[in-house]
Amino acid sequence: MIENRPWLNVITHAGLLLGVFFLCFPVWMALVASTHGPEALSRSPIPLWFGDRGWENYSQLLAGGLPEAGGVPVGMMMLNSLIMALLIAVGKIAVSIIAAYAIVYFRFPFRMGFFWMIFITLMLPVEVRILPTYDVIVRLDMLNSYTGLSLPLVASATATFLFRQFFLTIPDELVEAARIDRAGPMRFFMDILVPLSRTNIAALFIILFIFGWNQYLWPLLVTTEERYYTIVMGIQRMTNSGEALPVWHYIMGTAVLAMIPPVLVVLSMQKLFVKGLVEQEK
Amino acid sequence: MQKRVTFRHRWLPYALVAPQIVVTLIFFIWPAYQALETSFYIEDAFGFSREWVGLENFRALFADATYMASFSTTIVFGLGVTALSMSISLALAVAANRVIRSALAYQTSIIWPYAVAPAVAGVLWHFMMNPSLGIFAYWLEGLGYEWNHYVNGDQALLMVTVAAAWKQISYNFLFFLAGLQSIPKSLIEAAAIDRAGPVRRFWSIVFPLLSPTTFFLLVVNLVYAFFDTFSLIHATTNGGPANATSILVYKVYNTGFVGQDYGGSAAQSVILMLMVAAMTVVQFRYVERRVNY
Repeated sequence: MIENRPWLNVITHAGLLLGVFFLCFPVWMALVASTHGPEALSRSPIPLWFGDRGWENYSQLLAGGLPEAGGVPVGMMMLNSLIMALLIAVGKIAVSIIAAYAIVYFRFPFRMGFFWMIFITLMLPVEVRILPTYDVIVRLDMLNSYTGLSLPLVASATATFLFRQFFLTIPDELVEAARIDRAGPMRFFMDILVPLSRTNIAALFIILFIFGWNQYLWPLLVTTEERYYTIVMGIQRMTNSGEALPVWHYIMGTAVLAMIPPVLVVLSMQKLFVKGLVEQEK
Repeated sequence: MQKRVTFRHRWLPYALVAPQIVVTLIFFIWPAYQALETSFYIEDAFGFSREWVGLENFRALFADATYMASFSTTIVFGLGVTALSMSISLALAVAANRVIRSALAYQTSIIWPYAVAPAVAGVLWHFMMNPSLGIFAYWLEGLGYEWNHYVNGDQALLMVTVAAAWKQISYNFLFFLAGLQSIPKSLIEAAAIDRAGPVRRFWSIVFPLLSPTTFFLLVVNLVYAFFDTFSLIHATTNGGPANATSILVYKVYNTGFVGQDYGGSAAQSVILMLMVAAMTVVQFRYVERRVNY
């Protein structure tokens, strides 16, 4: 702080509190709504404080699911989301770190060709080429499988760039030392490069886990069988469940359950997350 | 770009890049090529035959009033999300950079929405704005304002804009905060000694020095609003009412999967790919420039 201005301090804190309120209020409403029964949520104004049906609603959701949404237990959807998120995060990191290693530490024909091919994926998000990608999945018979859910999302230009960037900062002397000690390329990779990248891998894992958990369009296309539904796309089945009135207490309960794992990851590893996010984009 | 000291191996580097390249070829480049090819054909509804029509699909697209309307909806939406989200997060970042007491608590309570999926953010706001029982709709009614985004297209667009911006605030906040923290304190102190007040210091020192961050976020936010918000729209308004929230990425999906017009959908894909490509180039050009500073 440069100089002491009490009124400015008041404004600063007031502004921050207002911002925090704006960010937290929707979630507060979701939490409150998920603890009420359908009667309390059928007339306006709806309650702003918790009801007594929370336990009932959540156990019904987790174990029983909703008949309106195909009756898949939300617990199962969460498990599917977890599997998908882990496969995507681990897959992306594994595939990217070895590709970056090859591009930085080897000299071979078509090296730059491969680099640009990876770069181009940045320009081709799934959203803009939905139909032909769906076609590929159908032909490869990958509908309704964890492979179909995760494999197409495993290529990652940003992760490859991040590792490349990081490898370029590692002193050349390490390679020389490794070569003098007669370590081969894989030995150098496993024993020196991977341990040095530990922080980067962890930070990237947080970002990619959230990315994977929050996938929507892809699971929507790839899963037609209910037992492969993921939670984020499953919510949509409830809001658009046809003629029946939306069951808001269940929808909000599901929304809360869909938020808990990624939010917990961010909050519990805040420092790593901030580092990973801000550095990833540089 | 590369190390001075490298390894030599006949096949190892190829084996290392292979997984990434195979996935890229099968799931990125091949479908993109398919989209490009299909966009020059008209296919009958059963997929039995197709006919080369050249640029006819594109011509039909630009003659289509709903497609052009979708273009302008996308631009209004993109600019709205970007402006709303960036201005709120800049204000919050400036404030958070100023406080000393409980700075970490503020940061924690601002960054968590990053983890919320756009679809979930949409559903939360959908609930709060619900005309019959949403709390916001109720408050607005108390102020004498009729809210019904199921009927009123402008209100529906406003709702998805706010929801999309809400989700993006934490991301922008972190980058603005990092940008603010990298501004040398001595500059601000010098200005303060010259009797520049806080407002003056912000506009003539802090804001110009933040411009690389601001520009970077501008591109990122536009990309987010144009391409990552499909789920938000699909989970809430479904492009309605009367196509009022049917942005381009939603329309590609709708034309292809619901309308079964493969040629038209492919032509839209091609246009979108060109848009992403242009924005990616802008972003990377800029990043390169920053490196040379």
